[in-house]
Amino acid sequence: MIPEIGNLALILAFCVALAQGFLPLAGAHRGRAAWTAFARPASRALALLVGVAFACLTSAFVDNDFSVLYVAQHSNTLLPLPYRIAAVWGGHEGSLLLWMLMLVVWTLAVAQFSRQLPEPMVARVLGVLGLVSAGFLLFILLTSNPFDRLLPAAEQGRDLNPLLQDPGLILHPPMLYMGYVGFSVAFSFAIAALLSGQLDAAWARWSRPWTTAAWVFLTLGIALGSWWAYYELGWGGWWFWDPVENASFMPWLIGTALVHSLAVTEKRGSFKNWTVLLAISAFSLSLLGTFLVRSGVLTSVHAFATDPRRGIFILLFLGTVIGSSLVLFAWRAPKVGLGGRFALLSRESLLLTNNVLLVVACSSVLLGTLYPLLIDALGLGKLSVGPPYFDAVFVPLMLPALFLIGVAPFANWKHARVDEIVRALRWAFIVAAAVGAAAPLLYGRWKPMVALGLLLAAWIVLSALFSVVRRVGATRGGRSFLATLGQQPRSFVGMHVAHLGVAAFVAGVTVVSGYQAEKDVRMEVGDTVGVGGYSFRFNGVREQQGPNYRALVGDFELIAEGRTVRKLFPEKRFYVSSAMPMTEAAIDSGPLGDVYVSLGEPIDKSRPDAAWAVRVYYKPLVDWIWGGCMIMAIGGIIALSDRRYRVRLRSGSTAPSSAGALARHT
Amino acid sequence: MKPRHKRIALIAGGLVVLAVVATLVLRAFQSNLVFFYSPTQVAAGEAPKGKSFRIGGMVREGSLERAPDGITVRFVVTDTDRDITVTYRGILPDLFREGKGVVAHGRLGEDGVFAASEVLAKHDENYMPPEAARAVGDAHERAAANRAAAEAAARTVRP
Repeated sequence: MIPEIGNLALILAFCVALAQGFLPLAGAHRGRAAWTAFARPASRALALLVGVAFACLTSAFVDNDFSVLYVAQHSNTLLPLPYRIAAVWGGHEGSLLLWMLMLVVWTLAVAQFSRQLPEPMVARVLGVLGLVSAGFLLFILLTSNPFDRLLPAAEQGRDLNPLLQDPGLILHPPMLYMGYVGFSVAFSFAIAALLSGQLDAAWARWSRPWTTAAWVFLTLGIALGSWWAYYELGWGGWWFWDPVENASFMPWLIGTALVHSLAVTEKRGSFKNWTVLLAISAFSLSLLGTFLVRSGVLTSVHAFATDPRRGIFILLFLGTVIGSSLVLFAWRAPKVGLGGRFALLSRESLLLTNNVLLVVACSSVLLGTLYPLLIDALGLGKLSVGPPYFDAVFVPLMLPALFLIGVAPFANWKHARVDEIVRALRWAFIVAAAVGAAAPLLYGRWKPMVALGLLLAAWIVLSALFSVVRRVGATRGGRSFLATLGQQPRSFVGMHVAHLGVAAFVAGVTVVSGYQAEKDVRMEVGDTVGVGGYSFRFNGVREQQGPNYRALVGDFELIAEGRTVRKLFPEKRFYVSSAMPMTEAAIDSGPLGDVYVSLGEPIDKSRPDAAWAVRVYYKPLVDWIWGGCMIMAIGGIIALSDRRYRVRLRSGSTAPSSAGALARHT
Repeated sequence: MKPRHKRIALIAGGLVVLAVVATLVLRAFQSNLVFFYSPTQVAAGEAPKGKSFRIGGMVREGSLERAPDGITVRFVVTDTDRDITVTYRGILPDLFREGKGVVAHGRLGEDGVFAASEVLAKHDENYMPPEAARAVGDAHERAAANRAAAEAAARTVRP
């Protein structure tokens, strides 16, 4: 019964979404207040219906209702409750429903927090979101209905893929989807602005917090995915340039460009067309990511059993979205003014350079990701693009971008002077160069790429410090330094915090790729193996019973400088219902680096108590990679809490005067 | 500088940067394309010598051997038509099994043995890497075609 309610809710949701899509858009076009007023209640109804459907599916998982095909495929009575709930998005159908849930949550948030926006604008934004919802609901209903019955019901479910039975999975997809789907809001604002022809600073200010929020979620989602791959897949790497990773990374690159270009559009009125294009691209790439991941055209952890109809539907949907938005853009763009002029060297031009670098980086990732698919589709053979391609292209493109992070906050809007920037930053650069030159020696051999990476990280940190000190000095007017620091606008603080996150990330990536050590060895009980200044002693393997698996647990002593630091217990699990083995690495994490041990397999299959193939790693500063992403996200959250967004919400008046915003945020 | 000169300088600078970037990207792209060959194609000598590529198919039952060092393994990948021997030093993925699909990345040695630097198995019991599936599927099609041809030949000979 409950699955039928869920199914009905989905069908009703589709009807409501259609109405929410067409009526307010028509109303805004014709100036009918009654029609535009329909947008908010419709978005609430839609959220309720999709929420009901999601709750129904969750309850089917909690109750082990194996008469639902999707539940039978992805759950099992032995599966612990938290994983039964996470299993809702452990497969294709449920993850689409999660996607849909995220979309209505964003829509509801827009409906709720947009009281000060002009009514036709709200109607258009919610209308576009309604159309996107309708498209996805149709997709779910036609090709991927999670409520399809399995009659007669299965005795027992097939179980969730053991790779996915991990706390990382509970969080990674929802975060990532919040990010992906969040760009639909920036997209809707852009389309709404194009439809109304009002592409101005106010539009940029409205869509900015939404874009930043989506960017924060996407950052966290990607970082979680990378962290999960690091400890769960047992390969010890944090990024593989796998097409699925690229699929989430491309919207991030464009989203980052969009966050910066929106700043220019808001402050100076420039880059409007560019910003709109970025908003359209960010959402299109999110859809493309869904297509790549869900259609099964890729070999990956994320590829579920394939159904060509799904791929075709998403491709059509993608074509419709991109095609119609670009037509709209081509029609409206020539009428958009150019905004404020700026000199060859100015904050605008530096941000434009940053944008171009990010977009070029994204295009090169896109080329490497799509080319194999294209060649395959044309029947010209099977090929793949090796990770060295991405490294070779990506790193040189990002080096200037990282350098500019330090420069741009010191460049004035409109017109900046080289000599002023040089004077303000020369000490920062000298110290950063000294750090870059000296720091690699802490790790042993001096390597030029490591020196360069650490130089840039130090450069970003120092320039942020200089920028804060300079600004506080200019605004303190006799008050204490700390008090003035606390009163800086949150958007300013957030920007620098996010940049510090980039610095931590760069330092982590540089050091781990320069000095990591890895060994695959055969170990007898009592053997010791050394890696990166640590050594491991293998004390044997014992058996252990888990809730839905049995495990062989290795017993290792981690030894540093002749003393046992701690014990590590990597596991080899055998999941009962799916008969799948899984490696659980044991990691000793610390701020200076990780040591990592995982069990391969017994050398002699019949004697798991004797010698094993073992993999050990030393990964200096690897946690800085994810820590850096966390700091970036925190920076985004701080920027989101900026006063002008809060004032706007509380007072309910039309946004603060742009002159005031300009004065506060130069 | 006059605004017009400035614009020209900007455009010229942009073009130079774009050209540099495009060259960089395409060179890196060219040198990192990894092609896929089935064991039949490798046996026919279609695979490049001295350049790395991917092979795929099924791991032949009972072919997995472990060298005395315990870390180096040797197994046979087959598309049911032709075989190729693969060596790999390192830990095999969890779902590497005899009789199941596999994709390996590496180089073909002079002795006809494929030295893999990376071995990929599927991530799920119900899932086969598409390349491996294709290699086996192609071989099956060829086998079916051969059988049909043989039967047709037998029929034409009999009367």
